[in-house]
Amino acid sequence: MNKLETEAKGMSTRNYSLFYGGFKALNRISIQIPSNRITAFIGPSGCGKSSFLRSFNRMNDLIPGVTTEGEVCIDGRNVADEDVVQLRKKVGMVFQRPNPFPKSVFENVAYGPKLHGVKNRSDLAVVVEKSLKRAALWDEVKDDLHKSGMSLSGGQQQRLCIARAIAVEPEVILMDEPASALDPVATLKIEELMNELKANYTIAIVTHNMQQAARVSDYTAFMLTDENRAGNLIEFGTTKQIFTTPSDTRTEDYITGRFG
Amino acid sequence: MTFGTKRDCTQKIMRTVLLVSALTSVLIVVLIFVFTAGRAAPAFHEIGIWKMVSDTTWRPGSGEFGILAMIAGSGIVTLGAVLLGVPLALGSAVFLAEIAPEWIAGAVRPSIELLAGIPSVVYGLFGMAVIVPMVRTIPAPGNAGYGVLSASVVLAVMILPTVTSISELAIRSVPAGYREGSLALGATKWETVRRVLIPAAKPGIVSAVILGLGRALGETVAMIMVIGNSAILPAASTGNPLSIFLSRARTLTGNIAVEISYATGVHESALFATGVVLFVLIMLINSSAALLLKKGVR
Repeated sequence: MNKLETEAKGMSTRNYSLFYGGFKALNRISIQIPSNRITAFIGPSGCGKSSFLRSFNRMNDLIPGVTTEGEVCIDGRNVADEDVVQLRKKVGMVFQRPNPFPKSVFENVAYGPKLHGVKNRSDLAVVVEKSLKRAALWDEVKDDLHKSGMSLSGGQQQRLCIARAIAVEPEVILMDEPASALDPVATLKIEELMNELKANYTIAIVTHNMQQAARVSDYTAFMLTDENRAGNLIEFGTTKQIFTTPSDTRTEDYITGRFG
Repeated sequence: MTFGTKRDCTQKIMRTVLLVSALTSVLIVVLIFVFTAGRAAPAFHEIGIWKMVSDTTWRPGSGEFGILAMIAGSGIVTLGAVLLGVPLALGSAVFLAEIAPEWIAGAVRPSIELLAGIPSVVYGLFGMAVIVPMVRTIPAPGNAGYGVLSASVVLAVMILPTVTSISELAIRSVPAGYREGSLALGATKWETVRRVLIPAAKPGIVSAVILGLGRALGETVAMIMVIGNSAILPAASTGNPLSIFLSRARTLTGNIAVEISYATGVHESALFATGVVLFVLIMLINSSAALLLKKGVR
């Protein structure tokens, strides 16, 4: 793969700013997120990590009054020019609170494929099984796929949501603090799962938990608000470098727990 | 007996006042039922409850007091109102909850709520002036415009505000996570509404419809003005079964209101009995709505 192709693949932003009405929430962020790796976004509350993550699948479009400047690109194409349905098929998302639909386990996972045209029951069954296996949930639910997704434990619900995202075969999975509502055991399972998934997917995760970022991610981006409360990207590098030899003193202060 | 501070005292007095106000409405419901049932007792006794509700002939002059025709009349008008009104109300609810920007919703919502404030006699006038002449243009033998269809149309508009606002509330109460989850999978807004939001809001929507049913069943004046008031079992006048909606009919409520001013003896008692039947029907409907709402919360 030559250099141009490497740059065209994966997610990147250039001078990207985001405004909530007149308030600037993200300030000229440029980043190149490597494919098939896990990239963690860390930083104190309110630094714009989630807003930034939601820029990649244009979930910010749902909020009235949001405007942007600069570019967000996936595979070299500006997401603003893409059909939002196709974009979100390509860029899956897992939310902070597990949000399975009030439907059966099967119907939860089959939801996306059905939207995108898979009608045949046996095809759906194949997709559902494959997705649940990839999300490491199959063994726990295979005996009763028709029980409600809401009846699962929190950790299982979150893995169900991951299975649901995987079922539409995205290239990217965005995870917005996916383990913050879970207990340590369930958290560990999600982290193990992320490690397995990165072979096939590019993963971007927002986390409050620095240990988690250190454990699971290959790359880490540190974000911080400036004096106008706009989120800035302070430093981006391999997780090892960020956590051992950060080049910016603010990064060092944050990861050593001096603030945040 | 010990006297507390002034604040303690106020507290006790207020508690009693509030308890009494709450009990008053319960007491009134009980009183209404007891007195209505009391006045209905002679009719039930003389004619028999079963005979009354299963006989279709209402001829007070010759001592025949079957109210099945009116039960059917109320039933079919209500059915028609639900068939016409609920899709419209659901459409408005989805529009207000999901589609409309706040400034449009802010303008539309009060006008729908205003519908709830229009006196029913005005609905009746509107029905006579607009709906009845329109229905009259449908070519069918004996169709004078007054009948089930006109009544259903008027009633559909009357239940619109109730069904719309409760359904809108139900859709708005669906957790934001469902909406986001669906959209993030690449669903369009419409797919999200149809496949996630409406199913999730279903218990609330069903109770909205049932409350609308109760409202429809209880409506009186507007019905009297447009339904034709013949105490007959609604029936199709042509080979087309839909022509049953052009039949004249009478509702349970209309039966009471039209005749109570001159009725005496068993006739009067039979009208009270009609009231009891109506009361029980509405109570059944409302408590099933309450039950469903509770189930939806769980």
